[in-house]
Amino acid sequence: MTEKNLVGAIRDTLHEEMAADERIVLLGEDVGVRGGVFKVSEGFLDDFGERRVIDTPLAESGLIGVAIGMAMHGLVPVAEIEFADFIHPAFDQIVSEAARMRYRTAGDWTCPLTIRTPCGGGIHGALYHSQSIEAFYAHVPGLKVVMPSTPADAAGLLRSAIHDPDPVLFLEHKKCYRLVKGEVPDGSERIPLGLADVKRPGRDLTVVTYGYEVHRCMEAAGRLADDDGVEVEIVDVRSLAPLDTETILASVRRTSRAMVVYEDNRTYGAGAEIAATIAEEAMFDLDAPIVRIGGPDIPAMPYAAALEHYFTEPEPDHLYRAMRDLARF
Amino acid sequence: MTKVTESPHEALALTSDDLLGMHRTMLLARLIDEAELRQNRMGRAPFVVPVSGHEGCQVGTAWAMRAGRDIWLPYYRDLAVVLLAGMTPTEIFYGLFSKALDPSSGGRQMPNHWGSRRLGIVSHSSPIATQIPHAAGLAYAAAYRGEDAVAACWFGEGATSEGDWHEGMNFAAIHRVPAIFVCENNEYAISVPQSKQMAVRDVASRAEGYGMPGVVVDGGDVLACYAAMREAHDRARAGDGPTLIECKTYRFLPHTSDDDDKTYRSKAEVEEHRHHDPIDRFTAYLIDHGMIDHEGVKVVHADLKRDVETAIDEAWDAPDPAPETATRHVFEEDAR
Repeated sequence: MTEKNLVGAIRDTLHEEMAADERIVLLGEDVGVRGGVFKVSEGFLDDFGERRVIDTPLAESGLIGVAIGMAMHGLVPVAEIEFADFIHPAFDQIVSEAARMRYRTAGDWTCPLTIRTPCGGGIHGALYHSQSIEAFYAHVPGLKVVMPSTPADAAGLLRSAIHDPDPVLFLEHKKCYRLVKGEVPDGSERIPLGLADVKRPGRDLTVVTYGYEVHRCMEAAGRLADDDGVEVEIVDVRSLAPLDTETILASVRRTSRAMVVYEDNRTYGAGAEIAATIAEEAMFDLDAPIVRIGGPDIPAMPYAAALEHYFTEPEPDHLYRAMRDLARF
Repeated sequence: MTKVTESPHEALALTSDDLLGMHRTMLLARLIDEAELRQNRMGRAPFVVPVSGHEGCQVGTAWAMRAGRDIWLPYYRDLAVVLLAGMTPTEIFYGLFSKALDPSSGGRQMPNHWGSRRLGIVSHSSPIATQIPHAAGLAYAAAYRGEDAVAACWFGEGATSEGDWHEGMNFAAIHRVPAIFVCENNEYAISVPQSKQMAVRDVASRAEGYGMPGVVVDGGDVLACYAAMREAHDRARAGDGPTLIECKTYRFLPHTSDDDDKTYRSKAEVEEHRHHDPIDRFTAYLIDHGMIDHEGVKVVHADLKRDVETAIDEAWDAPDPAPETATRHVFEEDAR
């Protein structure tokens, strides 16, 4: 085990995988000589050369399209979109091409492609460097969507994503990058895509969440245990598609209280699907209505500190209070 | 006796077998086209994408490709291209009738959305020009793996307005990948004339903006198309990068069986182009050069017509996809 921050875990994993498999190529904007804007691929150009570490023109649709072509001809591309906010021009390539390739050819052609991109806000990134994009893509059959919250999860999930036979969108919450540290196994262990992880066991209520919200919920849950003796179970879904409904439902059935927390806009967010699944499958195990906490339905996270803060915390300590209220219901 | 001038096919070292094979493929594509429209009117095929008029540039360019070795990225009008890549008429009709045996998609996609891994035909979708960056990536991968393969990508002039077209061309040129981009310019993006699509006369002139050669050829002149493609193929294999070839052609029929081309072009205009039918032109060339006579053409025509009818019967009788298979192949099945 080695302690790393999340961005370091991604960097090391990618480096190890590339060193072990020449089919893996990295492509994206500024991934070469600059080493990526978050330094994920720092030094890769020297280690692997410019045929494997490709600085692309500023053209997201083309870069994903090129990566799809590579994936269809024996390479294992890892494409980086510099910020998730810039992925939208590639929506058609991801949804109409990568995600449908296997289906539209009845399994003849496949697209084993990983798309990594930093997402999420709270880092003064404003409207176009803070977005949550997971709901757009988790809606699409044929595409897997993953978001780790810890360095160990990032390493294990990234290995699985790279070797997955289907396209995977690998979302990296920027606020986790350097803030979140943890022990990472030294081996090349993979964490299967589609397995949730109970980050904190508890008997009184279940919080289902992912990304940076895992850490905010952990913090609030810790205080609630100290203050009121309420034990919150925190389920980190880790993978939005496929979604591990089994782990979620097992937890909810045990605690009889469910809360879903996500940073994305509340309406039609990924949390809506999770809440709907709990309502459909575990309604009669519940002692209280499902609580759903998402970001406000405003177009994006604004820049000014006060406005940005409002996005993740519209009312003071709202996660703590929502957990407490649900436990008391 | 010394020859004063070489004929075009001699200059290209094409044999009479080559020429007759090209001619046969053009005719076959035309006959399939006509048969598909009959099937449409009979109510057996809801959707047909005609090829008529494009056979010259399709056969000319595709003849320079190596089936089983090169990578083919056709678009939906490229019936003659996929015939040369190795798709059989029966397979074409499996697709038309959306049968389980349709090699492109097992009846999932509309007809003419070609694909076959076995034949190296890369699957494409309906949104236009999405396959241009794929071609760049495939060619990059082929070169990376040290293969000798060339990726050729066909599209209409309408595709050249898309962002993906620009992005794919640009990447291909930067990395000098072994790719060829073939524009079948038929003057219309469904109903929108070229004058409303671009302010330049030739799509090929855009090649300069990417730093690759751009060539304009008469799409009705099969041998000119072949010559341009063969040069581009040689260039790609020599590591000298991609080429843009623009074939000036014309579509004799509506965009699809659901289109009414009378709303945007005159009958006189279409008739004028029919006077320059690439098949008639090539037939005349073959007769002039003593490769075939009128009687021979009739025999070939009759043979192919019979083949097409057999293919239709065979395909029509094949089973439909089983309804419950609709949920298959979303992800790798072992992994589910």
